[in-house]
Amino acid sequence: MQNTQTPEYAIETKNLSIHYGNFTAVKDVTIQIEKQKITAIIGPSGCGKSTLLRAFNRMNDFVPNCRVSGDLLLHGINLYSKEVDPVEVRRKIGMVFQKPNPFPKSIYENIAWGARINGFKGNMDELVENSLRGAALWDEVKDKLQKSAYELSGGQQQRLCIARTIAIQPEIILMDEPASALDPISTLRIEELMQELKKNYTIIIVTHNMQQAARASDYTAMMMINDERAGGVIEFDETKKIFTRPSDKRTEDYVTGRFG
Amino acid sequence: MNQKQDYFPEGHAFYSALRRRYLIAGVWQTIFFSALLIAIISLMALLYDVVNGAFGYIAYEYKNDPSEYTSTPISELTKEELLSILKENLSSGAYNKLNNEQPMETRSQGELYVLFLKGLLQVDTKQTWDLTDSLLRGAEIRAEAAEKYPDAQLEFRSWLTPQFLTTPMSSKAEFAGVRTAVLGSLWLVGIAIIFALPVGVGSAVYLQEYAPKNWLTAIIQTNINNLAGVPSIVYGMLGLALFVRTMESITSGAAFGITDSNGRTVLSAGLTMGILVLPLMIINAQEAIKAVPDSLRQAAYGVGATRLQTVWSHVLPNALPGILTGSILAISRTLGETAPLIVVGASTFVTIDPSSPFSKFTALPIQIYNWTTRPQSEFHAIAASAIIVLLVLLLTLNATAILLRNRFQRKY
Repeated sequence: MQNTQTPEYAIETKNLSIHYGNFTAVKDVTIQIEKQKITAIIGPSGCGKSTLLRAFNRMNDFVPNCRVSGDLLLHGINLYSKEVDPVEVRRKIGMVFQKPNPFPKSIYENIAWGARINGFKGNMDELVENSLRGAALWDEVKDKLQKSAYELSGGQQQRLCIARTIAIQPEIILMDEPASALDPISTLRIEELMQELKKNYTIIIVTHNMQQAARASDYTAMMMINDERAGGVIEFDETKKIFTRPSDKRTEDYVTGRFG
Repeated sequence: MNQKQDYFPEGHAFYSALRRRYLIAGVWQTIFFSALLIAIISLMALLYDVVNGAFGYIAYEYKNDPSEYTSTPISELTKEELLSILKENLSSGAYNKLNNEQPMETRSQGELYVLFLKGLLQVDTKQTWDLTDSLLRGAEIRAEAAEKYPDAQLEFRSWLTPQFLTTPMSSKAEFAGVRTAVLGSLWLVGIAIIFALPVGVGSAVYLQEYAPKNWLTAIIQTNINNLAGVPSIVYGMLGLALFVRTMESITSGAAFGITDSNGRTVLSAGLTMGILVLPLMIINAQEAIKAVPDSLRQAAYGVGATRLQTVWSHVLPNALPGILTGSILAISRTLGETAPLIVVGASTFVTIDPSSPFSKFTALPIQIYNWTTRPQSEFHAIAASAIIVLLVLLLTLNATAILLRNRFQRKY
């Protein structure tokens, strides 16, 4: 994935479609994700938001029968071409999942493991501290780094998962409804954290929460299913515009709560 | 439509319907409870039967009077006294034979005492009674014994003694023990574990974590499940054909320079047992691996782990307690299986401990089977004792499994 030419976008898709067997779950998505911005993907349940998000770091590879067509371009290279190793993709594009899923290990080890398997050669203690600081968790856990990650609260666990992701220094962080399992205060902390993180990372977030998308994101992709039950991006624009002057009637209905 | 009393019974009708529902519920509750009761009674009967046989009165005679050999009461004889009695009274041929097996001086007082009883006094068991009779009809038994066997001594004994555990097989029930059988069973378990654990866990990891979900995998999976239900005697036939016959040069040790053996060794039987428990082992390990939540795998892949790193650092460590528990439960089948051992060729009369994989062997169930088929009642008593030993071994294994599970149980 070496390319000298400076790319315009962090990542872009061209006619990206995702199929499960004969069924097309996501059809013809063409979007460009801006660098160091937060892009939200919104839409009703079952429209393929998470499927699309997981396509970005090839997590769908583990789903049997899942097939991707079209292009997913990082630095002008199609991440689904034969020469690209999915392990390298996931090293460059980290992911935070819906339900906090720390490893059943110590807090320290949760962060160190990913770095170690990727051949990190620097000072591990420093990396752990910096990652935890980056995820706004350091002050809460600095005295119990060797304690099990399961002793943390749900919100802390999710921030630990974010720390674990930034520890391997990806370019892009994918977040799959990262706050849906958390209380409002923890949710707010995650949102604040996202604003900090976007100084260094590009963030793509799937969310069900309209206010969250409106509050926290710079760009919004609106997804909807068509008559063949295939999801697609019907509108992609600056968040401000999506929530104030959407060009598509369906988007307007959805963001104003008149959908269905 | 909004008059709901048209559709649901109210008042009196409701209560009479409710009474009927409770009645039916009560009948079913009684049926379920009866089922449980039958199960408990069956298990109690099993336990009673075993314990009943292992204790009780025994009437025995000495063919030769103890006073011919010593004036001290025979139960108080010391090791030195026993040694000299044996040396004086045994024929020199018999004494030398014993001495060659194990020098007499190095034997314990208990062993010498048994030799004294066996070789000189020649204990002869006249009759045995089971525990229930011994407890309920003690007076009758004493009268009966005094009448039928005037020279006999009557004694209440437990057939399950420390000596029973430590002495090898003997043709006389009074002196027979289960040491060779217990050791044989442990050898079987050991060899079965060495074979089945790595193969089983390896297969399970491949099937769960690597194998693509296609028709071939489905066929393999179905067949593993079916193999778990194949009667054990069939595995015995396989073991006979494969390990005892085809691979005889290996299983008899001929390939390693051991010449006094054929293929009917503890190694053949252990490998047969390994194959027998393999399907169960694979299924149990698969269940344990399946129980590791996918979110953990995704977390590992999400930070750029390869499949092996994910499996090695997260899936296996978290599945390990389950794998161990399942494996122990699977392997405990080895202790109880009899049919394959008969086919593979366990010996029924072995007095020498199995010392290598190429030894002849016997096992607890074989010994129990052999003893119960004898006509003399004293053999039934030691069979009952051997069953207790077998059950204790089994319960120990299962308890270990439960302890492991409780100790390492994880929450995700």
